[in-house]
Amino acid sequence: MAALAPVETGRRARPFDLWSDRAFRAVALGAGFAVLVILGLIAFYTTKEAWPVFRHEGIGFVATDNWDPSNNHFGALSLVYGTVMSSAIALVIAVPTSIGIALFTNEVASERLRASIVYVVDLLAAVPSIVYGLWGLAVFVLWANSWYGSIARTIGTLPVLDRVFGGPATGASIMTAGIILSVMITPIITSLSREVLATVPQEDKNAALAMGATRWEMLRVAVFPRVRGGLVGAVMLGLGRAMGETIAVALLIGSSQQITLHLFQPGDTLAAAIAHDWSEGQGYPLWRAALIGLGVVLFVLTIAINMAARAIASRSMRLEAGAP
Amino acid sequence: MTAVTVDDAPISLGRSVSTARRVRNALATAWMIGSILLVLVPLVIIIVYVVSKGAGVLSTKFLTENVAIVSRFPGGGIGPAILGTLLLTVIASLIAIPLGVLAAVYLNEYGAQGSLARIIRFMADVMTGVPSIVMGLFVALFWLDSLHHGYSTFAGALALAALMLPIVIRSSEEILRLVPLELRQASDALGARRWFTVSRVVLPAALPGIVSGAMLAVARAAGETAPLLFTIGLTYKRNTQIFRGGQTALSRLIWDNAQQPYSAARDRAWGAALTLIAIVLVFTVVSRVVSARFSTLRRA
Repeated sequence: MAALAPVETGRRARPFDLWSDRAFRAVALGAGFAVLVILGLIAFYTTKEAWPVFRHEGIGFVATDNWDPSNNHFGALSLVYGTVMSSAIALVIAVPTSIGIALFTNEVASERLRASIVYVVDLLAAVPSIVYGLWGLAVFVLWANSWYGSIARTIGTLPVLDRVFGGPATGASIMTAGIILSVMITPIITSLSREVLATVPQEDKNAALAMGATRWEMLRVAVFPRVRGGLVGAVMLGLGRAMGETIAVALLIGSSQQITLHLFQPGDTLAAAIAHDWSEGQGYPLWRAALIGLGVVLFVLTIAINMAARAIASRSMRLEAGAP
Repeated sequence: MTAVTVDDAPISLGRSVSTARRVRNALATAWMIGSILLVLVPLVIIIVYVVSKGAGVLSTKFLTENVAIVSRFPGGGIGPAILGTLLLTVIASLIAIPLGVLAAVYLNEYGAQGSLARIIRFMADVMTGVPSIVMGLFVALFWLDSLHHGYSTFAGALALAALMLPIVIRSSEEILRLVPLELRQASDALGARRWFTVSRVVLPAALPGIVSGAMLAVARAAGETAPLLFTIGLTYKRNTQIFRGGQTALSRLIWDNAQQPYSAARDRAWGAALTLIAIVLVFTVVSRVVSARFSTLRRA
């Protein structure tokens, strides 16, 4: 068996071994660097190409709402507003739903039921954004037209509420975009919330139950305090996804650059404006730069939200891990 | 469904749970079940619509013929778009999967908790949040404008690959972390170099999990539209040239047709949507089957 001699302490590494190992490590490191390089290049090229409009408009690019390409005015505030508003509606619907699903899956459902729920939610994530857009445009917008109309005629006539739900209602509107977005971000918030919930030790839950807590009380005393940070992180990642979503929103929001509290009115978002104006804007250098500038604003917004989400989530996880 | 009963306060110590507490618990349970039902509604409605509207359109002729140039009249097919979607997805995978797996190998086998690895890991996480339209813009500015290439399949694939890369990295790293340390130690003890251990021991053990994660990234890329708007140009005929000429894709074709008011265009969009969902579903199901069949690592 001497031929196998596994531990050959005296054996010197042959040059090929050393060389190949270093080369492999270098290649792997290079692949890892690709991430940093791509992010750097995105930041560099988009900012460089958008520079003319930043110089032309200054801070007004994100602080004024006069978006008028034919007169070379590019104030994107209405687009930022539409992005934030449609994403906010999406969160209002998706957050309670997603956390409800996550709680049911992790804390209530049996093993088999859990598998089928996860499957259904994954299916929702697998539907391409363009299909949501097509369905929304061909089907949902028509339904919404009549729903919004009757809401506007009833709730929309009450004081205060008429600012939001009153007025002329159209199917393709900020509200519609928000509703479809909520369906699209539910899978991601659900799966992240489930990961967070799974970190709570079973002993804590058992302790609460042993004290006679109902399941809801157990969740309140043993689970929620531990997962608050993680859930905030999950919700923010969903928000980032909603803000960057392009295709479905471009088809459903109505493409009208205005700042209005009326949710049944059309609006527009950063991503949607890039998508539907890109080919038209090609011939006009400043318009093109403005559209790229929208991309820069979107990039900065989503990166900032992502970083904050991950920082909040990982800090709260670390605090929890350190707790006895 | 026994677990769904409302009053499963587990241990009642002789005293009954007060009505108020029961009601609160029941309300909480109702919220959870309501959420599940709420999410089922759009899923079922959308699938029913896509299948019922799309199935009427599908035929061998529809699936194979060239795309109609004038979309308001019936006729034409989606053959070039199916080819385009498959080509774009395959090329993007050929770029993103090897690169992503290598990066994951660096993160898990070499970098570990070092500061460089932590930065790359964090940035890969952040990169998953970059909107797909920004990736498309970037490729348009970098590859088309700055390096003076024309619209091509490859440009679209680059944008999709950028989208897939961080997903592949993070899912592969999760799987590599599950490979037992003992396997590496055994290989080291036999005198194998690290690259040999990684390529002959660690990667084969992790392969099913890596494939499963990669397929989910592939499924996501196959359905993408936004990055293609800036990068692939347009064609109505089959184009198998990777670096030359415009390309089309199912998602792109739906985007063009959905915005038309004509019923012929709408029908075409529904047919393409059903085809696209079928393709995405195949990737998703394959991923699940692979991970279920070979999930020895997870069980360990």
